[in-house]
Amino acid sequence: MPAEKPRLIDEEGRRLDGRGPADLRPVHIEVDVLANADGSAYVEQGNTKVLAAVYGPKEVHPRHLSLPDRAILRCRYHMAPFSVEQRKSPAPSRREIELSKVIREALEPALFLEYYPRTAIDVFVEVLQADGGTRCASITAASLALADAGIPMRDLVAAVAAGKVDGILVLDLTDVEDKHGEADVPFAMMPGLDRVTLFQMDGVLTPDELEECVKLAIDGCKRIYALQKEALRERFVRIRKEIEAGEVEG
Amino acid sequence: MTIFFERRELVVPGDLLAEGDYEPGENVYKEGDKLYATRVGLLELKDGKISVIALRSFYVPKPGDIVIGDVVDVGVSSWAVNIRAPRLAVLRATDVIGRPFRPDKMELTKILSVGDTVIAKVKAYDRTRSPVLTMGEPGLGKVRQGRVVRITPSKVPRLIGKKGSMISMLKRETGCKIVIGVNGVVLVRCKSPEDEELLVEAIEKIERESHVEGLTDRVAEMIRRRKGLAGGEAQADR
Repeated sequence: MPAEKPRLIDEEGRRLDGRGPADLRPVHIEVDVLANADGSAYVEQGNTKVLAAVYGPKEVHPRHLSLPDRAILRCRYHMAPFSVEQRKSPAPSRREIELSKVIREALEPALFLEYYPRTAIDVFVEVLQADGGTRCASITAASLALADAGIPMRDLVAAVAAGKVDGILVLDLTDVEDKHGEADVPFAMMPGLDRVTLFQMDGVLTPDELEECVKLAIDGCKRIYALQKEALRERFVRIRKEIEAGEVEG
Repeated sequence: MTIFFERRELVVPGDLLAEGDYEPGENVYKEGDKLYATRVGLLELKDGKISVIALRSFYVPKPGDIVIGDVVDVGVSSWAVNIRAPRLAVLRATDVIGRPFRPDKMELTKILSVGDTVIAKVKAYDRTRSPVLTMGEPGLGKVRQGRVVRITPSKVPRLIGKKGSMISMLKRETGCKIVIGVNGVVLVRCKSPEDEELLVEAIEKIERESHVEGLTDRVAEMIRRRKGLAGGEAQADR
């Protein structure tokens, strides 16, 4: 029996978590968080938490999967059993397999795969806590992990979902909003190049509403893009500040 | 013709570096007349060429490079060596023993087996094939003593320093033997474990602070202070 639908937007236009329709959830980003991966990043968007790890470019095993003229990008999106309220079985679900493909296709345009023939670049994203927008947070995190691994990129990829909830067009849907809203529009782009790499729509929207959602999403992506860049710079800026302040030995 | 960043400013992938008649250098690509960074690093402008000195990258082989790697597989007439490049490198028996190789008369594992560390030179490399190594020159060969430290390959020039200033300082101040592989693998051999620990720490410091000026002096300071402490009383808070 479907859960009873809560009131998602109140009289003042505030959402359940107090946000306005075009507000992003608080975002926290950290880069280079895993010692064993070539590149890694951790992204929190509200209560959604994802961890991305990148390995490569490296030899492909099994050999027959390699391509003679370019690298292959392999992507695994996986939700930890404890990421949702009801334990999720660790086995890959159809949804995870599909999202793995979707995420890969959102990242590929940013990479210079032709530079490294016969190799593979592996991306792993683990959702540690899911509260809506996991594929978008995954793309945001994976993109940073790729940059952290030193893999040449045309641009970073930023992603966020827009949608319609209680008749209002909103940005960055939470799980409740996605489940009980009218539409969900996951969107990813390379903001520096104005190129879209992911555009999905799930629900019911008029063409005008869809266009509005895209505008909201583009704006959201640009804001996340700025945070991504800051996160990449952060460590080097901090080290420089520490040295200049004389806090570092030598 | 405009440049949007200063020299040695920190840039990240996707940053629009310049517009106009500049030549794209390392870690920069050009679309139309716009030049963008492809990696995180420091902007460099020289003779109309814009490049980025990467702070995060991996090793891409070049013929002539001296590299340090581990043997990961033994074949009939060659070994596979991991030199931390996108592809595994090939070291042929003929390039080790210096004369044509007879499979029936010689067994490869007696010369090198899986797990051995070697210093080798890149003989040939192109994007479409595995790098080929050789060990047939003096200074190359199997590593029998010492400790291996790994750093980001793009920081190797910083570890060597201008005209070798950094590496000479390190050798002088610690008294250790140092071999630097272009692929970011460094082999150190010291007279004592304390010297070794100190040198490893110095190398890690160089990697972490390579983007801030005055590094050679800072590292020399650190080494001298630690050696001074070690010489005197015990180091209580290490």
